Amino acid sequence: MLILAIDTSAVASAALISDDAMEGVVDSFATEDTRSHAEVLVPGIEQLLAGAGVSGADIDLIVTGVGPGPFTGLRSGIATARTLAFAWNKPLRGLMSLDAIALEVAESTGAPAEFLVATDARRKEVYWARYTLRDGQLPELADGPHVGFASELPELPVYGAGAGIYADVVKADEDFKDSQPSAASLGQFALALLAAGHELPDSTPLYLRESDAQVPGPRKRAL
Amino acid sequence: MNPAPASEPRPAGPLVLGIESSCDETGVGIVRGTTLLSNTVSSSMDEHVRFGGVIPEIASRAHLDAFVPTLQESLHTAGVTLEDIDAIAVTSGPGLAGALMVGVCAAKALALASGKPLYAINHLVAHVGVGLLDMSENRLPENRLPENLGALLVSGGHTEILRIRSITDDVELLGSTIDDAAGEAYDKVARLLGLGYPGGPAIDKMARTGNPKAIRFPRGLSQPKYMGTAEEPGPHRYDWSFSGLKTAVARCVEQFEARGEEVPVADIAAAFQEAVVDIITSKAVLACRENGITELLLGGGVAANSRLRELTGQRCRSAGIMLHVPPLQLCTDNGAMVAALGAQLVMAGIAPSGVAFAPDSSLPVTTVSV
Ligand SMILES: [Zn+2]
Repeated sequence: MLILAIDTSAVASAALISDDAMEGVVDSFATEDTRSHAEVLVPGIEQLLAGAGVSGADIDLIVTGVGPGPFTGLRSGIATARTLAFAWNKPLRGLMSLDAIALEVAESTGAPAEFLVATDARRKEVYWARYTLRDGQLPELADGPHVGFASELPELPVYGAGAGIYADVVKADEDFKDSQPSAASLGQFALALLAAGHELPDSTPLYLRESDAQVPGPRKRAL
Repeated sequence: MNPAPASEPRPAGPLVLGIESSCDETGVGIVRGTTLLSNTVSSSMDEHVRFGGVIPEIASRAHLDAFVPTLQESLHTAGVTLEDIDAIAVTSGPGLAGALMVGVCAAKALALASGKPLYAINHLVAHVGVGLLDMSENRLPENRLPENLGALLVSGGHTEILRIRSITDDVELLGSTIDDAAGEAYDKVARLLGLGYPGGPAIDKMARTGNPKAIRFPRGLSQPKYMGTAEEPGPHRYDWSFSGLKTAVARCVEQFEARGEEVPVADIAAAFQEAVVDIITSKAVLACRENGITELLLGGGVAANSRLRELTGQRCRSAGIMLHVPPLQLCTDNGAMVAALGAQLVMAGIAPSGVAFAPDSSLPVTTVSV
């Protein structure tokens, strides 16, 4: 099983995931900035494939992060994933992007039984979700994803860059204060879910917010 | 390359797939050289109606969902597969940033998956490129651009007059709107008059029953201080402005209402349209005359406007300018125009853009391909 995973919900990232590789990850890349997805994503995937000596035909499944994340960046990854899936004639699945961080929390030492994952939603808000964790199990989504003010989050330890930004108002985990969803973790999560017999959702983006557009009210008449 | 012997048919030209997503139309078109094979367009226009104008985020969401189905249908209509394609072209600007991003990412993915060269091209020049397709009786002669070619582009997103010396690498912006695009002015005035969206067709229809001379609306940037003379051109000799016109219409409507009179919607529509079309065509023809342009291509969605076509035709005729108007479905934004320009770039031996470029919402018209 060879998976190409893509996530652009925060930074741009892609990974080749295989059950034959150590820890499941053949190779991966992730940018640091959150605003250059359109430039770096396809060149990055091209290098990944070349480096691993694989072609589109070798890939069994494409998995894309479906957010939540800033819209334009988020769409970059989904548009790329959908088009690759069409052109290579491969199945495409989506995963909630916050799951990537949740998996990393579950694999860290001292992970609590219940926690939040949060990323930057701009406009002074965060995207967040609540997870529960049982020993030796994959993290389970208990609530969310939502978008809202950091100060209004449930009182639980918070993991991810959304916590780092608002460390003054939330219980931010120090080791995860810069963590962004990565395609490598997302792909590992997908592989684990499939191995456990789960179905993965489709690639519909989780915008969580409507477009800002306002329907104009009736024009005021001069009388 | 050796020229083919005269007895052999002309080579068919490269098979190029073009992708357009700069505004509210998701377009995928396929051409072989100058022959149009397919032109599939999915528009999100209906979703913008209640807002009275294009909402960028709504357009971007629609592009994401429309792209693959549009691509699939375009390939099907053309009867070709991705493997058959020689090159891919995509609009990389100018346009709405979030909307461009979807088409550019999809185009890059397609280039990666298929191993085909990718051309990032200028949307405005693509409007001109469409004139090279063998489609209408009005097409440009022998699929070659004439020496002294200009293009007048009028749409919801742009109002420009261009000079084209070479469609692949020498395009000059002679004039443009300094505020609203003409199509935007139509939308805003249609809203003022309660005529709905999109404003162009609504006003055009209403104007037919009105008297264009009933009211005189201002022609923006027509005063001597902006125009100057041919020898000493003013700062906006070939530029347009439509925001003052929109304000004048609003004030006019208010005056009728304040007097308790019925608003003469048809007359206002006709007079507004006359003001727009008069200033567009007079400045365009002036730019042509003063720059030795003898053939003019009309492009953009507002080319559908009956009065604009009529007056442009009339004034070009009196000035001895040959007017070309592509079929309407090629005047509005579409993928075929992108493919048509892409094919010209391939045939001219221009190097492809690679997959590392960024979309540029304000790409200057002098940059034909990135
Ligand atoms: Zn256009």
